Amino acid sequence: MSRVTLLTLQVLVAVISIALWYVLTTYPIFGKVLLPPFFFSNPVDVAKQVIAWFVSGVIWKHLWVTLSESILAFVLGSVGGVLVGFWFARQPRTAAVFDPYVKMVNALPRVVLAPIFTLWFGLGIWSKVALGITLVFFIVFFNVYQGVKEVSPTVLANARMLGMNERQLMRHVYWPSALSWMFSSLHTSVGFAVVGAVVGEYLGAAAGLGYLIQQAEGVFDVAGVFAGMFVLAAFVVIIDLLVSMVEKRLLVWRPAVGEGRP
Amino acid sequence: MADSGPATAQNNSAAAVALREVDVAFRLAQGGTYRAVERATLTVADGEFVAIVGPTGCGKSTLLNIAAGLLTPFAGQADIFGAPLSGLNRQAGYLFQADSLFPWKTALENVAIGPETAGVPASEARPRALEWLKRVGLGAFADRYPHMLSGGQRKRVGLAQVLIRDPKILLMDEPFGPLDAQTRQIMGNLLLDLWSADRKAVLFVTHDLEEAIALSDRVVIMSAGPSARIIGDWRVTLPRPRDISEVKLDPAFHELHRDIWHRLKAEVVKGYAQAEGAQ
Ligand SMILES: Nc1ncnc2c1ncn2[C@@H]1O[C@H](COP(=O)(O)OP(=O)(O)OP(=O)(O)O)[C@@H](O)[C@H]1O
Ligand SMILES: [Mg+2]
Repeated sequence: MSRVTLLTLQVLVAVISIALWYVLTTYPIFGKVLLPPFFFSNPVDVAKQVIAWFVSGVIWKHLWVTLSESILAFVLGSVGGVLVGFWFARQPRTAAVFDPYVKMVNALPRVVLAPIFTLWFGLGIWSKVALGITLVFFIVFFNVYQGVKEVSPTVLANARMLGMNERQLMRHVYWPSALSWMFSSLHTSVGFAVVGAVVGEYLGAAAGLGYLIQQAEGVFDVAGVFAGMFVLAAFVVIIDLLVSMVEKRLLVWRPAVGEGRP
Repeated sequence: MADSGPATAQNNSAAAVALREVDVAFRLAQGGTYRAVERATLTVADGEFVAIVGPTGCGKSTLLNIAAGLLTPFAGQADIFGAPLSGLNRQAGYLFQADSLFPWKTALENVAIGPETAGVPASEARPRALEWLKRVGLGAFADRYPHMLSGGQRKRVGLAQVLIRDPKILLMDEPFGPLDAQTRQIMGNLLLDLWSADRKAVLFVTHDLEEAIALSDRVVIMSAGPSARIIGDWRVTLPRPRDISEVKLDPAFHELHRDIWHRLKAEVVKGYAQAEGAQ
């Protein structure tokens, strides 16, 4: 499929969905509006709300809050995940001791932590950052751990035969391998940083996209809820595009999927 | 074979590699041990090119790992230039059977990493690496990552990676394994060219008997495992410098080939039978 056809079809899906949404919420079919606007709003109202937010400029503050929470959660969670991942992979005994607790904490639905974080860190950004960190940390941790463990034994033996000491092995073998695993999960971990921020805001905050959605919901402003969701979706898509660009640069040495070589 | 009393250790005429009565046993995950190699004795003189041929799974890679210091024998001893080997063999360059390039480094970086590890600044190591890439015919591929190279090209980068460090001993494990017949010849001639420039001691594993004879000064045959032994040692007196395709036309080559093959064939059949039985 050529790029143009693909893009056309993708746009077509959006157009048809919005048109359906519009028709079903506006015109009665067999004497009945199938999607009552009170629950489903309609595209025109939602668009009006989005435009109003951008024209008045209130949205920028919320976007900025969510963005900074996401970035902080991502950076801090990644640093922690890399350090602990390396530590555990190089110290199998420590890893064995902590293993059940790591599994326990990871199995815990993070949402239940949100109230505790609010208690500890207040309603400001740090309770949301903390929630994001608990999500990002485990993804990065597991990947780095795997990356260090799964270095090809032949590559490792080769590195040692080439005269590398422990520090050089770290720099030229373990580190790149761990990073490649971490980068391959970049989309997931960035996504979770945003999830942590938005869910945290939704559960109690004074600003941010999650807060915006929660406010609208509180007064049954369905158009506001949908508008918040659209802004959030656009926000995530843009971040994902940026991540793809970064990934492409960082992982040049890896065969692209479907290139045919292992 | 030289006697290895403490007095004669370190002497200049000591063999580059001397494996004495080496036994190797692997502990198996499901319990028990597998006796891979038994009482293997093998010497490679300085400047000598020795090929090891044997049925698959007999323990050729295992012997190289011992000479490299990556594996400690269960019994017996490995001497390098007369001194007992403990830890890694710092005088050896090892071209592994499996892919061993750093996938996250370009061909140039892969070759330069040896000198850089030894403390040579990158500004000096990189031009030297490029020089070596040109020598193995890959000057135009310096910026490629390993996954963008063919199997044979990767082997050549590996060769440059090892040779740039100028090791006194060269361990090569089926370096031309995945290549077609023509490329093998080209690579073989390239190797002979590089080797004749400064004769290193070479221990060269192959399953191709013709290749072994064409390249080496001595051909060593191993029996099928378990408890593989070294069962034959032939001297190859064909004149040097050699061209691989020409040397194969030499009647002396054929005679030698017939001799060795006669001994090897029985082992190869035995090797397959054992592999079948093990399943
Ligand atoms: N880590 C290990 N644990 C158990 N058995 C092993 C281990 N490594 C090697 N072996 C066994 O030791 C024997 C010798 O292995 P080796 O790799 O030296 O064979 P090889 O002669 O190089 O074979 P090939 O020509 O196929 O490369 C084989 O039977 C193999 O199954
Ligand atoms: Mg082998």
